[in-house]
Amino acid sequence: MIRLAEVSKTFNRGEVNEVEALRGIDLEIAPGSFTVLLGSNGSGKTTLLNVISGAILPSAGNIYIRSNEVTDLPEHRRSRWIARVFQDPLGGTAPDLSILDNFRLAALRTAAKTLRIGINDAFRKKVQDTIAELGLGLENKLQQPMGSLSGGQRQALTLLMSVMDHTDILLLDEPTAALDPKSADVVLRTAEKIIGKFQLTTIMITHNLGESLRFGNRLIQMDQGRIIRDLNASEKEKVRLEDLYQWFQ
Amino acid sequence: MEFYISALVLGLCLSAMGLGIFITMKIFRIPDITTDGSYTLGAAVTAVALTQGWTLSATLGLTLLSGAVAGVMTGLVHTRLKIDALLAGILVMTGLYSVNLSVMGRSNIPLINLETIFNKLSIFSRSVYNELWVGLLFLFILSGLIAYLLRTDFGIAMRATGNSESMTRALGINNDRMKIIGLAIANALTAISGFLVAQYQNFSDINMGIGIVLVGLGSVLIGDALINWIGIRNIWLQLLTVMLGCILFQMVLAVALSVGVNPNFLKLITALFVLIIVGIPRLARRRKH
Repeated sequence: MIRLAEVSKTFNRGEVNEVEALRGIDLEIAPGSFTVLLGSNGSGKTTLLNVISGAILPSAGNIYIRSNEVTDLPEHRRSRWIARVFQDPLGGTAPDLSILDNFRLAALRTAAKTLRIGINDAFRKKVQDTIAELGLGLENKLQQPMGSLSGGQRQALTLLMSVMDHTDILLLDEPTAALDPKSADVVLRTAEKIIGKFQLTTIMITHNLGESLRFGNRLIQMDQGRIIRDLNASEKEKVRLEDLYQWFQ
Repeated sequence: MEFYISALVLGLCLSAMGLGIFITMKIFRIPDITTDGSYTLGAAVTAVALTQGWTLSATLGLTLLSGAVAGVMTGLVHTRLKIDALLAGILVMTGLYSVNLSVMGRSNIPLINLETIFNKLSIFSRSVYNELWVGLLFLFILSGLIAYLLRTDFGIAMRATGNSESMTRALGINNDRMKIIGLAIANALTAISGFLVAQYQNFSDINMGIGIVLVGLGSVLIGDALINWIGIRNIWLQLLTVMLGCILFQMVLAVALSVGVNPNFLKLITALFVLIIVGIPRLARRRKH
């Protein structure tokens, strides 16, 4: 599904603040798998997600999605396969636009944005039904600006938006980092539900060690731009929270 | 009275430019000052086309196209060369001065004894009412068209681009292309103002666009203040309010002139008025905090 071959990324090459964020990453992600990425700050997790999504292009190496080489493809053209939830709840939605407008755009992720008015009663009903599943009471506030919602509500809606149009891959970049425990729980339950329902190939970054054990069937630890641990489902099952604490010593 | 109606008509003519600045400033959050050049370009193209016997509809089409090309140029400089939007606008605006001069062939073209949009569409016997009617006609057509555009799927993508670039990129939108299209639409609208004002004033002048961006900016800020104050959510009403801002701006200048202010100080008054519009809400906010 996703393959990275010898992928490296260097920021500010040749300058005093040169940073090697990724160093020769070789990685294969199987279709339908749920990979959790762990690592301390600056280990290269977000850069890895960014080179997969196309938000930044690698300095060296090749990236393949569904056997298509996408190394030089910009982010907006990779969106036909990839949906993304950002760490910052502000990043994944347009705050001044209504909930309905945000969902309309999400429903057109892989389609052309044409000169027709696509928000009709049928679409409104579809969005209402989708949002009602969250149980947050937002289904009757579709005209409300996205910016007026709490971070947790926005992240939960962003997750629902990611499956409004066909998607293969879901990238979750610390989706609960900015949320209180209750909101984080709503977001993670929503994520679990849609990943299972749509059989999405998922990569999630988290700093929460409990979350990293609770979710996913593969666990990768990164350090200084390299993958230093890569555990499959059965190996991951044997890992305890105390082991994770030790990894970070 | 006719003096104030003239100000009203001028405000209506300039309201297309107000829409253009609303698109760049409020929707795309791009400070585009190509306006000074594309406004004069609209007037220059109109004057040359009309004096060469072009029909009004062909002249309007050519004006729209010329304004759009100016916007595309700014968009290309900004997105392809990654030059700050403000500088890109200054570069294109500066270049347009020479372009406008060579389009016109001289610094001023009078439009005397030519059929203008105002007498072509006349329905009243008094010219001032016809000017008002044509101005209102353009106001409703343009605001209706832009309101429709902004409600379409493409329009939602436009609005989102200025709001959250990370989101739009992740949703398959080419932000650079969207900005170029936005600047093209905005400057085409500005050129329409040049088209109308040249015919309303019966001349086109190479210097008529100097500082016009400030007039547009002030008008949009007035409109925006009204939108926030009244809490207008409907897009069409928002656009009409922005256009109302253009009219109010001209009325303020008309009042200043009628109380005896020296016309030489008109640009200074314009600048001070915009400063007040921008400054007062900021001062009020600072006090609140």
